[in-house]
Amino acid sequence: MLKKRIIPCLDIKNGRTVKGVNFVELQDAGDPIELAKRYVLEGADELVLLDITASIEKRKNLVSLVCKVAKEISIPFTVGGGINSLEEAKEVIKAGADKVSINSAAVKNPVLIKEIADEFGSQCVVVAIDSKWVDGDWYVFVNGGRIQTQLKTLEWVKQVEVLGAGEILLTSMDHDGTKNGFALELTDLVCKKVKIPVIASGGAGNENHFYELFHTTHASAGLAASIFHYKEMTIPHLKEILKSLNIPIRCK
Amino acid sequence: MIAILKYNAGNITSVQNAIERLGFDCVITDDKDELISADKVIFPGVGEASSAMKYLKERKLDLLIKNLKQPVLGICLGLQLMCEFSEEGDTDGMRIFNTKVKKYPAFDIVPHMGWNNLSNIKSNLLNGIQPLDDVYFVHSYYAEICENTTSVCHYILPFSASMQKDNFYATQFHPEKSADVGEQILLNFLNL
Repeated sequence: MLKKRIIPCLDIKNGRTVKGVNFVELQDAGDPIELAKRYVLEGADELVLLDITASIEKRKNLVSLVCKVAKEISIPFTVGGGINSLEEAKEVIKAGADKVSINSAAVKNPVLIKEIADEFGSQCVVVAIDSKWVDGDWYVFVNGGRIQTQLKTLEWVKQVEVLGAGEILLTSMDHDGTKNGFALELTDLVCKKVKIPVIASGGAGNENHFYELFHTTHASAGLAASIFHYKEMTIPHLKEILKSLNIPIRCK
Repeated sequence: MIAILKYNAGNITSVQNAIERLGFDCVITDDKDELISADKVIFPGVGEASSAMKYLKERKLDLLIKNLKQPVLGICLGLQLMCEFSEEGDTDGMRIFNTKVKKYPAFDIVPHMGWNNLSNIKSNLLNGIQPLDDVYFVHSYYAEICENTTSVCHYILPFSASMQKDNFYATQFHPEKSADVGEQILLNFLNL
């Protein structure tokens, strides 16, 4: 049986793992390579690395980090953060990333989704969507959640699927960093709208939140960051609990 | 020396990294002499069947692979191209395995992406692998079960998770991305 995936996310700034609350207030959470290795040992099913550095040196450093991570870890990983063109996606994939995640760039230039899918296959393209509830509907936000677009989330997910996205990484900005649970309704709506895997992100605070996610929606994976980094929740314990509640999960 | 076939498919670096993590030397090559003289050959791949096969045929690499005598391991697209035929781009394969590759019916999420377990395991390639062990898959086409099937996986329907015929081994899943279970399978192959 296909298992539900548990995915730790590493937000990278200047080569360090960081984590903020509601997209601000960044704190240091360690060396990304050491953290990535720890997660593989603990039984993470995949990793996501999001580079949030804003500097000219960024790309070169990111590519070198991706090379190092690829050499060290034996599970799939996705790289995102400032990938704006097919060329940039190529660099990251050639360095060893299994998938690239695009967010604002996909909104600005939706054809980019198709370009990457045509070159490397849909399974390489994750479209990350930051969504927020505004005046009675879910809207897509870009630039790290700072700018609201006119795109409605439930229309955008369908569009990215048609363009060739292989997966959707769905973050509810209303839930991110709160530790009050995933956006179940939004996740459910998105899963019913598309036939590609959906990774739910934002709001995980305890084991039960993952159970609720997999029990009440068709999400293929749940993603979290700080609760794993700071060991508030460990992956082996989380997986044992989910397994005991009959959620199909990979245990070591 | 382990040779990894260089062609127009992705995922080759991952295979190289995995082999090197296990302490073996490997080379990524499309040089005929190097491939023929290698101890083992790995035929990896993430990509589209018809363009990959076209590339191989133009360089006569399809015939070269088919005539190799040392252990050969096809991974993912590699497995699919070793079959008779693939519905992806209506592609004629190398006809090593006596089966066809079909597109998943759209009953459920496609691609089949993530960790799934094996059953009906019968191959020295999978020594030490238990029915509850999970390996990582990502594919939208599947090889039908045939007499060469050495393990079965279920997603939407049962399909060949691995196959073997003579010196030819193949996995639909990615051992190079399957953590310690994948490492065991690669070690089994490298130690054949």
